Amino acid sequence: MQAFWNWFRWLYQTTGINLPIFYDAYDRQRFAGGILTTLELSAACLVLSVVIGVVGAWLQGSRLRLTKLVIQGYIQFFRNTPPLVQLYFFYFALGSYITMRLPNGTTVPLVSNVSWAIICLSFYAGSFNVEIFRAGIEAVPRTTIEAAEALGYSRLKAYIYIVLPLAFRISLPALNNNLVNLVKTTTLAYAIAVPELLYVSAQIWSDEVNVPEMMNVLLVLYVALVGILVYGMAKWERALRVPGYGV
Amino acid sequence: MLSRILAGALAAASLTIATAAGAQTLEKIHQRGTLVVGVKADYKPFGFRDPSGNIVGFEPDLAKDVADTLGVKLQLEPVVASNRMQFLQQGKIDLMIATMNDTEERRKVVGIVQPDYYASGITVLTAKNSGLKSWNDLKGKSVCAIQGAWYNKVVGEKYGANVIAFKGTAEAQTALLQNNCVGWVYDNTAFPGILSDTATWGNYATPLPVIEEEPWGLAVPLPELDKEYGRFMSGMIYHWHVSGKIIELEKKWGMPASPWAAKMHDAFKGT
Repeated sequence: MQAFWNWFRWLYQTTGINLPIFYDAYDRQRFAGGILTTLELSAACLVLSVVIGVVGAWLQGSRLRLTKLVIQGYIQFFRNTPPLVQLYFFYFALGSYITMRLPNGTTVPLVSNVSWAIICLSFYAGSFNVEIFRAGIEAVPRTTIEAAEALGYSRLKAYIYIVLPLAFRISLPALNNNLVNLVKTTTLAYAIAVPELLYVSAQIWSDEVNVPEMMNVLLVLYVALVGILVYGMAKWERALRVPGYGV
Repeated sequence: MLSRILAGALAAASLTIATAAGAQTLEKIHQRGTLVVGVKADYKPFGFRDPSGNIVGFEPDLAKDVADTLGVKLQLEPVVASNRMQFLQQGKIDLMIATMNDTEERRKVVGIVQPDYYASGITVLTAKNSGLKSWNDLKGKSVCAIQGAWYNKVVGEKYGANVIAFKGTAEAQTALLQNNCVGWVYDNTAFPGILSDTATWGNYATPLPVIEEEPWGLAVPLPELDKEYGRFMSGMIYHWHVSGKIIELEKKWGMPASPWAAKMHDAFKGT
Protein backbone atom coordinates (compact mmCIF):
# COMPACT_ATOMS: atom_id res chain seq x y z
CA MET A 1 0.00 0.00 0.00
CA GLN A 2 2.82 2.38 0.92
CA ALA A 3 4.36 1.77 -2.50
CA PHE A 4 1.08 2.89 -4.07
CA TRP A 5 1.01 6.11 -2.01
CA ASN A 6 4.70 6.75 -2.78
CA TRP A 7 4.00 6.50 -6.47
CA PHE A 8 2.10 9.80 -6.18
CA ARG A 9 5.09 11.43 -4.49
CA TRP A 10 7.18 10.22 -7.43
CA LEU A 11 4.50 11.61 -9.80
CA TYR A 12 4.80 15.02 -8.09
CA GLN A 13 8.58 15.02 -8.23
CA THR A 14 8.79 14.00 -11.88
CA THR A 15 5.76 15.70 -13.45
CA GLY A 16 4.75 18.40 -10.97
CA ILE A 17 1.25 16.94 -10.63
CA ASN A 18 0.76 17.42 -6.89
CA LEU A 19 -1.77 15.09 -5.24
CA PRO A 20 -0.95 15.18 -1.52
CA ILE A 21 -4.32 13.51 -0.85
CA PHE A 22 -2.49 10.28 -1.72
CA TYR A 23 1.08 10.63 -0.45
CA ASP A 24 0.60 12.87 2.63
CA ALA A 25 -0.94 10.92 5.53
CA TYR A 26 -2.64 13.97 7.09
CA ASP A 27 -4.12 15.22 3.80
CA ARG A 28 -5.20 11.67 2.92
CA GLN A 29 -7.00 11.32 6.20
CA ARG A 30 -8.83 14.64 5.98
CA PHE A 31 -9.75 14.09 2.32
CA ALA A 32 -11.17 10.66 3.15
CA GLY A 33 -13.07 12.34 5.99
CA GLY A 34 -14.43 14.84 3.47
CA ILE A 35 -15.67 12.10 1.14
CA LEU A 36 -17.31 10.33 4.07
CA THR A 37 -19.00 13.52 5.30
CA THR A 38 -20.33 14.25 1.81
CA LEU A 39 -21.68 10.69 1.54
CA GLU A 40 -23.32 10.87 4.97
CA LEU A 41 -24.74 14.31 4.30
CA SER A 42 -26.09 13.24 0.89
CA ALA A 43 -27.58 9.97 2.16
CA ALA A 44 -29.26 11.58 5.17
CA CYS A 45 -30.65 14.46 3.10
CA LEU A 46 -31.86 12.16 0.29
CA VAL A 47 -33.87 9.95 2.66
CA LEU A 48 -35.22 12.79 4.80
CA SER A 49 -36.19 14.98 1.84
CA VAL A 50 -38.14 12.11 0.21
CA VAL A 51 -39.94 11.42 3.51
CA ILE A 52 -40.75 15.12 3.84
CA GLY A 53 -42.01 15.10 0.23
CA VAL A 54 -44.30 12.08 0.75
CA VAL A 55 -45.74 13.32 4.06
CA GLY A 56 -46.01 16.91 2.80
CA ALA A 57 -47.87 15.89 -0.34
CA TRP A 58 -50.35 13.90 1.75
CA LEU A 59 -50.91 16.79 4.16
CA GLN A 60 -51.35 19.10 1.19
CA GLY A 61 -54.37 17.09 0.14
CA SER A 62 -55.91 17.46 3.61
CA ARG A 63 -59.41 18.84 4.00
CA LEU A 64 -58.28 21.08 6.88
CA ARG A 65 -57.54 24.63 5.76
CA LEU A 66 -54.93 25.15 8.48
CA THR A 67 -52.85 22.10 7.48
CA LYS A 68 -52.88 23.21 3.87
CA LEU A 69 -51.84 26.70 4.91
CA VAL A 70 -48.93 25.43 7.02
CA ILE A 71 -47.64 23.22 4.19
CA GLN A 72 -48.01 26.07 1.70
CA GLY A 73 -46.11 28.37 4.05
CA TYR A 74 -43.35 25.80 4.46
CA ILE A 75 -42.99 25.35 0.70
CA GLN A 76 -42.90 29.08 0.05
CA PHE A 77 -40.32 29.71 2.79
CA PHE A 78 -37.89 26.99 1.77
CA ARG A 79 -38.36 27.15 -1.98
CA ASN A 80 -38.14 30.92 -2.28
CA THR A 81 -34.97 31.53 -0.27
CA PRO A 82 -31.43 30.63 -1.31
CA PRO A 83 -30.14 27.53 0.50
CA LEU A 84 -26.93 29.36 1.47
CA VAL A 85 -28.95 32.05 3.24
CA GLN A 86 -30.96 29.32 4.97
CA LEU A 87 -27.79 27.64 6.24
CA TYR A 88 -26.51 30.92 7.68
CA PHE A 89 -29.92 31.64 9.16
CA PHE A 90 -30.21 28.25 10.86
CA TYR A 91 -26.65 28.06 12.11
CA PHE A 92 -26.03 31.62 13.24
CA ALA A 93 -29.51 33.04 13.91
CA LEU A 94 -31.67 30.12 15.05
CA GLY A 95 -28.72 28.15 16.46
CA SER A 96 -27.97 30.92 18.95
CA TYR A 97 -31.37 30.35 20.63
CA ILE A 98 -31.29 26.56 20.72
CA THR A 99 -28.65 26.12 23.41
CA MET A 100 -27.90 24.06 26.48
CA ARG A 101 -26.46 25.39 29.75
CA LEU A 102 -23.40 23.51 31.03
CA PRO A 103 -22.75 23.05 34.76
CA ASN A 104 -20.01 25.72 34.62
CA GLY A 105 -22.51 28.30 33.39
CA THR A 106 -21.58 28.54 29.71
CA THR A 107 -24.24 27.93 27.11
CA VAL A 108 -23.31 25.73 24.19
CA PRO A 109 -25.29 25.13 20.99
CA LEU A 110 -27.43 22.00 21.06
CA VAL A 111 -27.42 21.37 17.32
CA SER A 112 -24.10 20.88 15.54
CA ASN A 113 -23.22 22.37 12.16
CA VAL A 114 -23.54 18.97 10.46
CA SER A 115 -27.03 18.50 11.95
CA TRP A 116 -28.08 21.97 10.83
CA ALA A 117 -26.83 21.20 7.32
CA ILE A 118 -28.86 17.97 7.24
CA ILE A 119 -31.99 19.70 8.59
CA CYS A 120 -31.70 22.69 6.30
CA LEU A 121 -30.85 20.86 3.07
CA SER A 122 -33.50 18.18 3.72
CA PHE A 123 -36.21 20.77 4.20
CA TYR A 124 -34.94 22.71 1.20
CA ALA A 125 -35.06 19.71 -1.15
CA GLY A 126 -38.19 18.46 0.65
CA SER A 127 -40.12 21.58 -0.34
CA PHE A 128 -39.46 20.80 -3.99
CA ASN A 129 -40.28 17.13 -3.41
CA VAL A 130 -43.72 18.03 -2.02
CA GLU A 131 -44.55 19.77 -5.29
CA ILE A 132 -43.04 16.93 -7.33
CA PHE A 133 -45.22 14.37 -5.52
CA ARG A 134 -48.26 16.62 -5.83
CA ALA A 135 -47.79 16.57 -9.59
CA GLY A 136 -47.63 12.77 -9.41
CA ILE A 137 -50.71 12.54 -7.22
CA GLU A 138 -52.72 14.81 -9.51
CA ALA A 139 -51.82 12.58 -12.43
CA VAL A 140 -53.49 9.59 -10.75
CA PRO A 141 -56.93 9.30 -12.39
CA ARG A 142 -59.81 10.50 -10.22
CA THR A 143 -61.67 7.30 -11.12
CA THR A 144 -58.94 5.15 -9.53
CA ILE A 145 -59.34 7.03 -6.23
CA GLU A 146 -63.13 6.75 -6.46
CA ALA A 147 -62.77 3.01 -6.99
CA ALA A 148 -60.60 2.80 -3.86
CA GLU A 149 -63.18 4.79 -1.88
CA ALA A 150 -65.94 2.51 -3.15
CA LEU A 151 -63.94 -0.44 -1.81
CA GLY A 152 -63.94 1.20 1.64
CA TYR A 153 -60.41 2.64 1.75
CA SER A 154 -59.91 5.57 4.12
CA ARG A 155 -58.08 8.67 2.80
CA LEU A 156 -54.79 7.60 4.43
CA LYS A 157 -55.04 3.96 3.32
CA ALA A 158 -55.96 4.96 -0.23
CA TYR A 159 -52.94 7.30 -0.23
CA ILE A 160 -50.55 4.61 0.98
CA TYR A 161 -51.80 1.66 -1.07
CA ILE A 162 -53.30 3.17 -4.21
CA VAL A 163 -52.33 6.79 -4.87
CA LEU A 164 -48.72 6.89 -3.67
CA PRO A 165 -47.45 3.80 -5.53
CA LEU A 166 -48.84 5.16 -8.79
CA ALA A 167 -47.88 8.78 -8.08
CA PHE A 168 -44.36 7.74 -7.09
CA ARG A 169 -43.78 6.14 -10.48
CA ILE A 170 -44.95 9.26 -12.26
CA SER A 171 -42.85 11.48 -10.00
CA LEU A 172 -39.60 9.56 -10.35
CA PRO A 173 -38.02 11.46 -13.30
CA ALA A 174 -38.62 14.84 -11.63
CA LEU A 175 -37.56 13.46 -8.25
CA ASN A 176 -34.40 12.18 -9.89
CA ASN A 177 -33.55 15.72 -11.02
CA ASN A 178 -34.14 17.20 -7.61
CA LEU A 179 -32.07 14.58 -5.79
CA VAL A 180 -29.14 15.09 -8.18
CA ASN A 181 -29.40 18.78 -7.37
CA LEU A 182 -29.48 18.00 -3.67
CA VAL A 183 -26.23 16.04 -3.79
CA LYS A 184 -24.57 19.00 -5.50
CA THR A 185 -26.11 21.46 -3.03
CA THR A 186 -24.38 19.70 -0.12
CA THR A 187 -21.23 21.64 -1.12
CA LEU A 188 -22.91 24.76 0.31
CA ALA A 189 -22.49 23.32 3.79
CA TYR A 190 -18.86 24.47 3.63
CA ALA A 191 -20.19 27.93 4.60
CA ILE A 192 -20.98 26.69 8.10
CA ALA A 193 -17.70 24.76 8.30
CA VAL A 194 -19.10 21.28 7.63
CA PRO A 195 -15.97 19.38 6.57
CA GLU A 196 -17.38 17.98 3.33
CA LEU A 197 -15.52 17.49 0.03
CA LEU A 198 -15.35 21.10 -1.13
CA TYR A 199 -14.33 22.34 2.34
CA VAL A 200 -11.43 19.93 2.74
CA SER A 201 -10.36 20.42 -0.88
CA ALA A 202 -10.27 24.20 -0.42
CA GLN A 203 -8.14 23.81 2.69
CA ILE A 204 -5.79 21.40 0.93
CA TRP A 205 -5.33 23.64 -2.11
CA SER A 206 -4.68 26.60 0.19
CA ASP A 207 -1.95 24.64 1.95
CA GLU A 208 -0.38 23.03 -1.10
CA VAL A 209 -1.24 25.58 -3.82
CA ASN A 210 -2.41 22.74 -6.10
CA VAL A 211 -5.70 24.29 -7.20
CA PRO A 212 -5.87 22.71 -10.72
CA GLU A 213 -5.22 19.19 -9.37
CA MET A 214 -7.81 19.49 -6.60
CA MET A 215 -10.38 21.00 -9.01
CA ASN A 216 -9.97 17.98 -11.28
CA VAL A 217 -10.24 15.57 -8.36
CA LEU A 218 -13.43 17.32 -7.20
CA LEU A 219 -14.93 17.21 -10.67
CA VAL A 220 -14.22 13.50 -11.11
CA LEU A 221 -15.56 12.66 -7.66
CA TYR A 222 -18.83 14.57 -8.12
CA VAL A 223 -19.38 13.09 -11.58
CA ALA A 224 -18.87 9.64 -10.01
CA LEU A 225 -21.07 10.38 -6.99
CA VAL A 226 -23.96 11.76 -9.03
CA GLY A 227 -23.41 9.00 -11.61
CA ILE A 228 -23.95 6.33 -8.94
CA LEU A 229 -27.14 8.07 -7.78
CA VAL A 230 -28.51 8.43 -11.32
CA TYR A 231 -27.68 4.80 -12.08
CA GLY A 232 -29.47 3.65 -8.93
CA MET A 233 -32.50 5.81 -9.62
CA ALA A 234 -32.72 4.57 -13.22
CA LYS A 235 -32.62 0.95 -12.02
CA TRP A 236 -35.31 1.71 -9.46
CA GLU A 237 -37.45 3.39 -12.12
CA ARG A 238 -37.22 0.30 -14.34
CA ALA A 239 -37.95 -2.02 -11.40
CA LEU A 240 -41.09 -0.04 -10.51
CA ARG A 241 -42.42 0.10 -14.06
CA VAL A 242 -45.98 -1.15 -14.37
CA PRO A 243 -46.32 -2.75 -17.83
CA GLY A 244 -49.01 -0.99 -19.82
CA TYR A 245 -49.34 1.90 -17.33
CA GLY A 246 -48.56 5.21 -19.03
CA VAL A 247 -44.98 5.80 -18.00
CA MET B 1 4.88 29.60 -12.25
CA LEU B 2 2.70 32.48 -13.45
CA SER B 3 3.28 34.36 -10.20
CA ARG B 4 7.00 33.92 -10.66
CA ILE B 5 6.82 35.36 -14.17
CA LEU B 6 4.70 38.24 -12.88
CA ALA B 7 7.08 38.91 -10.01
CA GLY B 8 9.97 38.90 -12.47
CA ALA B 9 8.16 41.30 -14.78
CA LEU B 10 7.30 43.58 -11.85
CA ALA B 11 10.88 43.54 -10.63
CA ALA B 12 12.10 44.45 -14.10
CA ALA B 13 9.50 47.22 -14.35
CA SER B 14 10.48 48.57 -10.95
CA LEU B 15 14.10 48.74 -12.00
CA THR B 16 13.31 50.85 -15.05
CA ILE B 17 10.92 53.15 -13.12
CA ALA B 18 13.38 53.65 -10.28
CA THR B 19 16.31 54.41 -12.54
CA ALA B 20 14.22 56.73 -14.65
CA ALA B 21 13.14 58.64 -11.54
CA GLY B 22 16.71 58.89 -10.29
CA ALA B 23 17.58 56.56 -7.45
CA GLN B 24 18.58 59.18 -4.87
CA THR B 25 15.58 58.97 -2.55
CA LEU B 26 17.47 60.39 0.44
CA GLU B 27 18.41 63.48 -1.58
CA LYS B 28 14.80 63.86 -2.69
CA ILE B 29 13.58 63.63 0.90
CA HIS B 30 15.99 66.33 2.07
CA GLN B 31 15.16 68.60 -0.88
CA ARG B 32 11.43 68.58 -0.21
CA GLY B 33 11.90 68.44 3.56
CA THR B 34 9.31 65.67 3.94
CA LEU B 35 9.49 61.91 4.32
CA VAL B 36 6.49 60.14 2.80
CA VAL B 37 5.78 56.81 4.49
CA GLY B 38 3.17 54.27 3.43
CA VAL B 39 1.42 52.80 6.48
CA LYS B 40 -1.77 50.90 7.18
CA ALA B 41 -4.76 52.99 8.26
CA ASP B 42 -7.13 50.12 8.96
CA TYR B 43 -5.18 47.75 11.16
CA LYS B 44 -5.40 48.61 14.82
CA PRO B 45 -3.02 49.08 16.65
CA PHE B 46 -0.38 49.03 13.87
CA GLY B 47 -1.87 51.89 11.90
CA PHE B 48 -5.35 53.33 12.32
CA ARG B 49 -7.19 56.63 12.41
CA ASP B 50 -7.79 58.36 15.74
CA PRO B 51 -11.13 60.16 16.33
CA SER B 52 -9.77 63.33 14.68
CA GLY B 53 -8.83 61.41 11.52
CA ASN B 54 -5.04 61.33 11.94
CA ILE B 55 -3.23 58.09 11.25
CA VAL B 56 -1.63 56.86 14.48
CA GLY B 57 -0.25 53.59 15.82
CA PHE B 58 2.81 51.41 16.16
CA GLU B 59 4.09 51.85 12.61
CA PRO B 60 3.38 55.61 12.34
CA ASP B 61 5.50 55.97 15.49
CA LEU B 62 8.37 54.12 13.81
CA ALA B 63 7.94 56.34 10.73
CA LYS B 64 8.08 59.42 12.98
CA ASP B 65 11.36 58.19 14.42
CA VAL B 66 12.83 57.90 10.91
CA ALA B 67 11.66 61.44 10.01
CA ASP B 68 13.04 62.85 13.28
CA THR B 69 16.40 61.18 12.68
CA LEU B 70 16.56 62.66 9.17
CA GLY B 71 15.38 66.02 10.50
CA VAL B 72 12.48 66.29 8.07
CA LYS B 73 8.70 66.48 8.37
CA LEU B 74 6.61 63.29 8.21
CA GLN B 75 3.78 62.64 5.79
CA LEU B 76 1.80 59.42 6.20
CA GLU B 77 0.16 57.83 3.19
CA PRO B 78 -2.45 55.12 3.83
CA VAL B 79 -1.75 51.92 1.87
CA VAL B 80 -3.38 48.48 1.66
CA ALA B 81 -1.84 45.08 1.00
CA SER B 82 -2.73 45.14 -2.69
CA ASN B 83 -1.08 48.50 -3.51
CA ARG B 84 1.73 48.96 -0.97
CA MET B 85 4.51 47.53 -3.15
CA GLN B 86 3.30 49.37 -6.26
CA PHE B 87 3.23 52.72 -4.38
CA LEU B 88 6.86 52.21 -3.42
CA GLN B 89 7.87 51.25 -6.96
CA GLN B 90 6.10 54.28 -8.44
CA GLY B 91 7.78 56.62 -5.97
CA LYS B 92 4.48 57.69 -4.37
CA ILE B 93 6.02 56.78 -1.01
CA ASP B 94 9.67 56.84 0.08
CA LEU B 95 9.36 54.12 2.65
CA MET B 96 6.88 51.37 3.40
CA ILE B 97 6.15 50.17 6.92
CA ALA B 98 2.88 48.34 6.42
CA THR B 99 2.61 45.03 8.32
CA MET B 100 4.22 43.17 5.42
CA ASN B 101 5.60 39.65 5.82
CA ASP B 102 9.17 39.29 4.60
CA THR B 103 8.98 36.68 1.81
CA GLU B 104 11.29 35.43 -0.92
CA GLU B 105 8.85 36.56 -3.65
CA ARG B 106 8.51 40.09 -2.27
CA ARG B 107 12.26 40.52 -1.97
CA LYS B 108 12.36 40.39 -5.77
CA VAL B 109 10.00 43.35 -6.03
CA VAL B 110 10.87 45.76 -3.24
CA GLY B 111 13.98 46.31 -1.13
CA ILE B 112 13.17 44.62 2.16
CA VAL B 113 15.65 46.01 4.67
CA GLN B 114 17.39 43.63 7.08
CA PRO B 115 16.98 43.00 9.95
CA ASP B 116 13.20 42.56 10.08
CA TYR B 117 11.52 44.95 12.50
CA TYR B 118 8.66 42.86 13.84
CA ALA B 119 7.02 39.45 13.56
CA SER B 120 3.52 38.08 13.80
CA GLY B 121 2.41 34.60 14.68
CA ILE B 122 -0.78 32.90 15.70
CA THR B 123 -2.56 32.61 19.00
CA VAL B 124 -6.03 31.72 20.25
CA LEU B 125 -8.79 34.00 21.44
CA THR B 126 -10.81 32.19 24.09
CA ALA B 127 -13.14 32.83 27.02
CA LYS B 128 -11.29 33.72 30.22
CA ASN B 129 -12.85 30.70 31.98
CA SER B 130 -12.06 28.22 29.18
CA GLY B 131 -9.13 26.73 31.12
CA LEU B 132 -6.83 26.69 28.08
CA LYS B 133 -3.21 26.97 29.20
CA SER B 134 -1.10 25.43 26.46
CA TRP B 135 -1.54 24.58 22.79
CA ASN B 136 -1.73 20.90 23.73
CA ASP B 137 -4.95 21.62 25.65
CA LEU B 138 -6.63 22.05 22.24
CA LYS B 139 -6.41 18.33 21.49
CA GLY B 140 -9.80 17.02 20.43
CA LYS B 141 -11.48 20.40 20.94
CA SER B 142 -13.20 22.46 18.26
CA VAL B 143 -11.30 25.57 17.27
CA CYS B 144 -12.72 28.23 14.96
CA ALA B 145 -10.51 29.50 12.14
CA ILE B 146 -10.57 31.18 8.75
CA GLN B 147 -10.88 29.03 5.63
CA GLY B 148 -7.65 28.65 3.71
CA ALA B 149 -5.36 30.01 6.43
CA TRP B 150 -1.94 28.37 6.26
CA TYR B 151 -1.84 27.61 9.98
CA ASN B 152 -5.06 25.53 10.04
CA LYS B 153 -3.01 22.48 9.14
CA VAL B 154 -0.49 23.19 11.94
CA VAL B 155 -3.24 23.49 14.53
CA GLY B 156 -4.93 20.33 13.29
CA GLU B 157 -1.87 18.18 12.64
CA LYS B 158 0.47 19.25 15.44
CA TYR B 159 -1.98 19.98 18.24
CA GLY B 160 -4.82 17.63 17.28
CA ALA B 161 -7.50 20.34 17.35
CA ASN B 162 -10.69 19.93 15.36
CA VAL B 163 -10.49 23.01 13.13
CA ILE B 164 -13.83 24.45 12.01
CA ALA B 165 -13.01 27.12 9.49
CA PHE B 166 -15.35 29.85 8.26
CA LYS B 167 -15.30 32.16 5.26
CA GLY B 168 -14.57 35.38 7.10
CA THR B 169 -13.64 36.84 10.47
CA ALA B 170 -17.22 37.91 11.24
CA GLU B 171 -18.50 34.33 10.97
CA ALA B 172 -15.61 32.96 13.04
CA GLN B 173 -16.19 35.58 15.74
CA THR B 174 -19.92 34.84 15.84
CA ALA B 175 -19.27 31.10 16.06
CA LEU B 176 -16.89 31.71 18.98
CA LEU B 177 -19.35 34.01 20.77
CA GLN B 178 -22.04 31.33 20.36
CA ASN B 179 -19.64 28.70 21.75
CA ASN B 180 -19.51 26.60 18.62
CA CYS B 181 -15.79 26.33 19.40
CA VAL B 182 -13.55 26.89 22.44
CA GLY B 183 -11.36 29.43 20.72
CA TRP B 184 -10.53 31.26 17.52
CA VAL B 185 -7.06 30.81 16.08
CA TYR B 186 -5.89 33.86 14.15
CA ASP B 187 -3.07 36.31 13.57
CA ASN B 188 -1.89 37.45 17.03
CA THR B 189 -1.45 41.04 15.87
CA ALA B 190 -5.17 41.37 15.11
CA PHE B 191 -6.38 40.49 18.60
CA PRO B 192 -5.51 43.71 20.51
CA GLY B 193 -7.75 45.67 18.14
CA ILE B 194 -10.57 43.16 18.54
CA LEU B 195 -10.21 42.97 22.33
CA SER B 196 -10.38 46.76 22.61
CA ASP B 197 -14.12 46.32 22.03
CA THR B 198 -14.71 45.35 25.65
CA ALA B 199 -18.50 45.37 25.37
CA THR B 200 -18.33 42.22 23.23
CA TRP B 201 -14.97 40.71 24.15
CA GLY B 202 -14.64 41.70 27.84
CA ASN B 203 -14.66 38.05 28.95
CA TYR B 204 -12.14 36.90 26.37
CA ALA B 205 -8.35 36.74 26.38
CA THR B 206 -5.39 35.26 24.50
CA PRO B 207 -3.69 33.04 27.11
CA LEU B 208 -1.66 30.86 24.73
CA PRO B 209 1.88 31.81 23.67
CA VAL B 210 2.34 33.14 20.14
CA ILE B 211 3.67 30.42 17.83
CA GLU B 212 4.74 30.07 14.18
CA GLU B 213 6.11 33.60 14.05
CA GLU B 214 6.86 35.10 10.62
CA PRO B 215 9.01 38.23 10.41
CA TRP B 216 7.81 41.57 9.00
CA GLY B 217 10.01 43.69 6.79
CA LEU B 218 9.93 47.40 5.96
CA ALA B 219 10.90 48.30 2.43
CA VAL B 220 12.76 50.90 0.39
CA PRO B 221 12.93 51.01 -3.44
CA LEU B 222 14.75 47.87 -4.58
CA PRO B 223 17.71 49.58 -6.37
CA GLU B 224 18.55 51.46 -3.17
CA LEU B 225 18.59 48.48 -0.84
CA ASP B 226 22.38 48.28 -0.76
CA LYS B 227 22.98 52.01 -1.20
CA GLU B 228 23.10 54.79 1.34
CA TYR B 229 19.33 54.84 1.93
CA GLY B 230 18.92 51.09 2.46
CA ARG B 231 21.88 50.92 4.81
CA PHE B 232 20.65 53.92 6.76
CA MET B 233 17.28 52.16 7.28
CA SER B 234 19.11 48.99 8.27
CA GLY B 235 20.80 51.02 11.00
CA MET B 236 17.45 52.48 12.10
CA ILE B 237 15.94 49.02 12.57
CA TYR B 238 19.05 47.77 14.33
CA HIS B 239 18.80 50.72 16.68
CA TRP B 240 15.10 50.02 17.38
CA HIS B 241 16.01 46.50 18.45
CA VAL B 242 19.05 47.50 20.52
CA SER B 243 17.38 50.42 22.29
CA GLY B 244 14.21 48.43 23.02
CA LYS B 245 12.05 50.90 21.06
CA ILE B 246 10.00 48.08 19.53
CA ILE B 247 9.18 46.67 22.96
CA GLU B 248 8.45 50.15 24.31
CA LEU B 249 6.01 50.84 21.45
CA GLU B 250 4.33 47.46 22.00
CA LYS B 251 3.59 48.59 25.57
CA LYS B 252 2.47 52.03 24.43
CA TRP B 253 -0.13 50.56 22.08
CA GLY B 254 -1.29 47.88 24.51
CA MET B 255 -0.06 44.96 22.43
CA PRO B 256 0.88 41.62 24.06
CA ALA B 257 4.66 41.22 24.26
CA SER B 258 5.92 39.43 21.16
CA PRO B 259 8.50 36.74 22.02
CA TRP B 260 10.22 37.53 18.70
CA ALA B 261 10.79 41.20 19.58
CA ALA B 262 12.18 40.21 22.99
CA LYS B 263 14.51 37.70 21.34
CA MET B 264 15.79 40.31 18.88
CA HIS B 265 16.40 42.79 21.72
CA ASP B 266 18.36 40.18 23.69
CA ALA B 267 20.35 39.09 20.65
CA PHE B 268 21.39 42.61 19.63
CA LYS B 269 21.87 44.43 22.91
CA GLY B 270 25.06 42.49 23.72
CA THR B 271 26.73 43.42 20.43
